[in-house]
This record gives sequence, structure tokens and C-alpha cells, in this order.
Amino acid sequence: MVPVEYYLALSGILFAIGASGVALRRNVIVMFMSIEVMLNAANLAFVAVARHIGSMDGQVVVFFVMTVAAAEAAVGLAIILAVFRNRRTVDAAELATLRW
Amino acid sequence: MGIEIGIAVVKALVVVLIALHLTVLLLWVERKGSALIQNRIGANRASIFGVLPWNTGLVNTLLADPVKMFTKEDFVPDGADRFLHSLAPFLSVFPILVTFACVPFGDELRIGDRVISLQVADLNVGLLYILATASIAVYGVVLAGWASNNRWAMLGGLRGSAQMISYELAMGLALVSMVMTYGTLELQTMARAQGAGLGTFLGIGKPVLDWLPAWGIFYQPFAFLLFLTAGIAESKRIPFDLPESESELISGYYTEYSGGKQATFMFSDFAECVLVSALVVTMFFGGWQVPFLGREGFAFPWGGTLALPHLLIVSAQLLAFLGKVFFFCWFQILIRWTLPRFRYDQLMQLGWKILLPLSLANVAVSALVILLWQ
Amino acid sequence: MSMGAGEMVFFVVAGVAVVSALGVVLHPSPVYCALSLIVTLFQIAVLFLLLDAQMVAFLQILVYAGAIMVLFLFVIMLLNPERDVDRPPHTLRGVIAGVGGLFAAELAWFFLRRGKLPQLKASDVASNYGSVAALGRSLYTDHALSFELTSVLLLVAVVGAVVLARKGGD
Repeated sequence: MVPVEYYLALSGILFAIGASGVALRRNVIVMFMSIEVMLNAANLAFVAVARHIGSMDGQVVVFFVMTVAAAEAAVGLAIILAVFRNRRTVDAAELATLRW
Repeated sequence: MGIEIGIAVVKALVVVLIALHLTVLLLWVERKGSALIQNRIGANRASIFGVLPWNTGLVNTLLADPVKMFTKEDFVPDGADRFLHSLAPFLSVFPILVTFACVPFGDELRIGDRVISLQVADLNVGLLYILATASIAVYGVVLAGWASNNRWAMLGGLRGSAQMISYELAMGLALVSMVMTYGTLELQTMARAQGAGLGTFLGIGKPVLDWLPAWGIFYQPFAFLLFLTAGIAESKRIPFDLPESESELISGYYTEYSGGKQATFMFSDFAECVLVSALVVTMFFGGWQVPFLGREGFAFPWGGTLALPHLLIVSAQLLAFLGKVFFFCWFQILIRWTLPRFRYDQLMQLGWKILLPLSLANVAVSALVILLWQ
Repeated sequence: MSMGAGEMVFFVVAGVAVVSALGVVLHPSPVYCALSLIVTLFQIAVLFLLLDAQMVAFLQILVYAGAIMVLFLFVIMLLNPERDVDRPPHTLRGVIAGVGGLFAAELAWFFLRRGKLPQLKASDVASNYGSVAALGRSLYTDHALSFELTSVLLLVAVVGAVVLARKGGD
């Protein structure tokens, strides 16, 4: 039986990888995918601890996180499509108009 | 421990062999059956040493065609992504075969004092597993369209995957009412529950109703129609085959494929046909149940019993399952060669504006009926 | 340290998950990033299965890998972005990667320190833990309000996505 600390460590590593992805990439779609990696890392932590203490609440939270991620993916990609229609690019550096 | 793994491997092999053989058989049935429907002869030229088999086209379909397909030159188009081009056929066929793991093809088999359940994986979430793995098949279509470096193939790929996703929804919702009726997601439990008489299953007192077996079609006919329609649309058969429309887009999303990879796409078409039939049979037509056949033998509702040896019962149930699946495969072939093709907007309208609300209404009505029945 | 079958599966799956997550973050082509993400999602689903969470594992495959990622692939193919518009300048990239690596190592070390985490009792879990019935019961009784709110959220998201993606807004 793998101790819960291993799962949490893996979740931490995946979260850090996702966070670096958001900072490293300029393509907004790939940034979005890195956010999904982060969400999955959080899901893994929830399920691991839920199993450890024998409660189903962690899995219910994961259920909701998946639903919210689906909604967010739909709206986010629609936004990217709308922006692309106007600006013809998905490069975050060129889309950054809120700069000082 | 080793024995259990061995048994699981044997079961998996049996299931895969059943799926493969049925698929290959369907190819021949399609050619000769369509010839029958269209009042022509069909393929009948190839033969072994000029003698056998006469006019059946068996050698043609089962021997000559596969050899031709697999010895053709296998090319990747210029400028296309090599890896994705080769990956797409696998992603199309592998999920369909894996889905058969949760389909029960018989009741238990008793050897000595070991009881083997004739289903490769009796998961608690069996139906969800089937829906989940079937939804992976979309990637084969999408990647095939994208990796071909061909505008028309990509169009076919996008259309095909949009169609598959839309009808997955209708399929899932049609199944929700079945899940509510049986109270479980496990397919083996659903198949076993259909062995009772109709009166006993529904809780109605009239013993004359027990003459009908409690098959799903008798109390959920609407869900059957919805699921069958959604299933045929999901496997992209005519009348829903615009992604691969042979007279319009050449071959749609698998235009740039030849040889073995194209054979794999055709194979996945028929394999999905078998899968949809197997699911329809398991949930609506009693699965492996032979009417009135229990674990000990026949138990007729008018009081007579007939005890039978165990292996005979198991073989009878296996044959019943195969026969029913074959019937529905043939039914899908019949539909294919009878109906014209849907236009793409008609297709999407059917999926979203007609099937989805009807499935939801079916779920609501089923829930109401189940609640009031209790 | 003797490794049972479960532990071996965990380490293999964890390794593949980390490699494919790195693939998401590092590969230049967006289509391959999406495919790496699909592989990562499958590894997470297997880890869920190892943690007795059957329903959530197959929901992950059905919803995440089967629907959300198809949506991602659609958008990538429709927009067809170029491969090379992707990298910040070298030095900045190195700094970010270094910080990310440090972050990962620190999180892993924090969790792997035994004895510092409060030792939770490994209680006996219910026999139907992770099954459909258990999840459904918890969802519809303890968390019914969140469930209803989530359905409203999905409705809003669907309407929003349709409105945003329409051509020539009116």
C-alpha cells in the first residue's frame, strides 16, 4: 500500500510543472492546458487524502472540480476563439494590451 | 493467484476472438446481404482452385480482400505528421475492443468448485466504463483528419468527431433511464435481472404476465429506440455517415489512408457495430438469457421443469448471446442499405434538438414512474 | 524495500505522468501538447483506480480525456497556430524553469518528510467506498446545494460559450 505522502508529493510535482508551464509558454491554448495539469494535480491530492481518512467528501469535491473545469474550458476556449477572430494571433505577448 | 490471472487472460482472449470473428463475418454478410437487398449477385469471383466455394463470395471477402489490403503500399502523405498519421487508426480501433471487457457473454461457469463469471471485468461502474472507453474513439477520427495534410480530410474529421460527441450525449442519457430501472451500473446484474418473468419483475400480480421474459424492451421501448439511433450515429454508419460519405468526400477523414491502416478503419466501423449490438442486446433483450432457462434447467411458467446439464446451459446461453448480437448487426446492415444519408445540419439537429430532449423526457418520465410504482 | 505489485504500478504510472506533464509544458507543437495532456489524464485516472475511486476515475476519462480534450484539439485545429510562436528569451526561460524545478522539489520534500505530517489513522474504509452508490449518496444528501449550483453554472457556461463563439456578435 503506497503511503499517502507519495501521492501528495506527486501531486506537488505535477502542480509545479503546470505552474511553470503557465509562465513558460506564450501560446494561450498551451497555457490553458498547463492550468488543466494544475487542476488535475489538485484532484489527485483530494482523492489521496480522502482515501487516507476514509471519507467520500474528497471524491465529491473532485466531481465538482471536474465539472467546473469543463465549464471553464468551454468558456475559455470560446474566448480564445473570439480573440483570435479579432487579433489573428494566440501569442500572449502580442495580446498583452493591459501593459503599463 | 496464477490461476486467476490465467482465467482472466483466457476470458479476455475469448471476448476478443468473439469480437474479431463477428466483425470479419459481418464484412461478408454486408457484401452478400447488400447484394440481396439490391437485387444483384455481389462478389463471387474468387475461389480456391476454381472449385470452392460457389457463389458465396466467402473467399473473396475473407481471404482475397484482406491480403490485398495488407500488401498495398503504406504511404504517409507529403507534409503530413508521420507519427499522428500512424497513430490514428490505433486510436480508432483500440478503444472499441477494450470496451468489450465489460460486456457479459454468459452466466457463471462452474468447473469443479470454481465459479467463473463469464465477463472479463465485473466492474461496479460497468456502464460508465463502456461510455468512457467508447468516447476515446473520437481521437482516431480527429487525428486522422488532422494528420492527413488535406483540407477535405480535416473537414471530414472535424465533422465526424462533432457528430460522435453529440450522439454520445444522447446515448448516455438513454442509458440513464435503464440504469434507473435496474438500479445498478453493472451489466451482469442487468442481464441476470432480465431472467425473471415480466410480472415478477414489475411487481404486477398477474401470473399470465410471467409468460413474457422481463426483457428491457417491454418496459423501456422508447429508450431502446433512442439508444439504437444514437448508437448507429455514433458508429458513423449510414444514415449518419457524412464524415466518410463515399459519394461526396471521397473517403472523408480516411482519404489519405491506404492498405493496412484503411483496413483498420473499416474494421473499427464493424467492431463498433458489434459493440452497439452487444449493448442493445445486454440491456434491452436479456443479454445471454434464454427465455425460461434458469441455472438448473428450464422452468416454464405453466409449471413444468426440465433439468439440463450445466455445460449445455452455458453453451445455450452463449449461443443465445451470439445469435441476438448477430441479429442486431444484421439489422444495422439492413438499415444501412435502405435509408438515404442525412445532411450534416439535419444530423446535428437530430442529435441536439430531437434526441437529447427526448432522452431527458424519457429519464424524467422513467423517474416518475419508478417513484410512483414503489 | 520490497515492492508489491501495487507499488510498482504506482511508480511506473507516476513516472509516466511526470514525463507527459513535462511534455505538455515543453513540446513546441500544440497538438502534441494536447496529446501529452491526454496521456497525463489517463495516468491520473489509473492513480484514482489505485486509490479505490472507481467512479471518479472513469468520470475523469469520460469527461476530461473524452470531452474536454477533444474540445481543446478542435480549437487547436481550427486556429492552426504556428509552431514557433512559443518561447520567451533564453535566459528568462532558464530562470522560470529553474524556479519551477525548485518549487517541485520543495513540495515533494515537504510531503515526503515523515513524522512532520500529523499521522492520520488509516481507518477501515467502508466496503462500498468509491462506488457509484457511495458517491451518489454523498452527492445528493450532503452536497445537494453545490450540485444544484453546479448545474446552474453549467447552463451559464453553455450559454456563454455559444454567445462568445458566434460570428458577428449581435
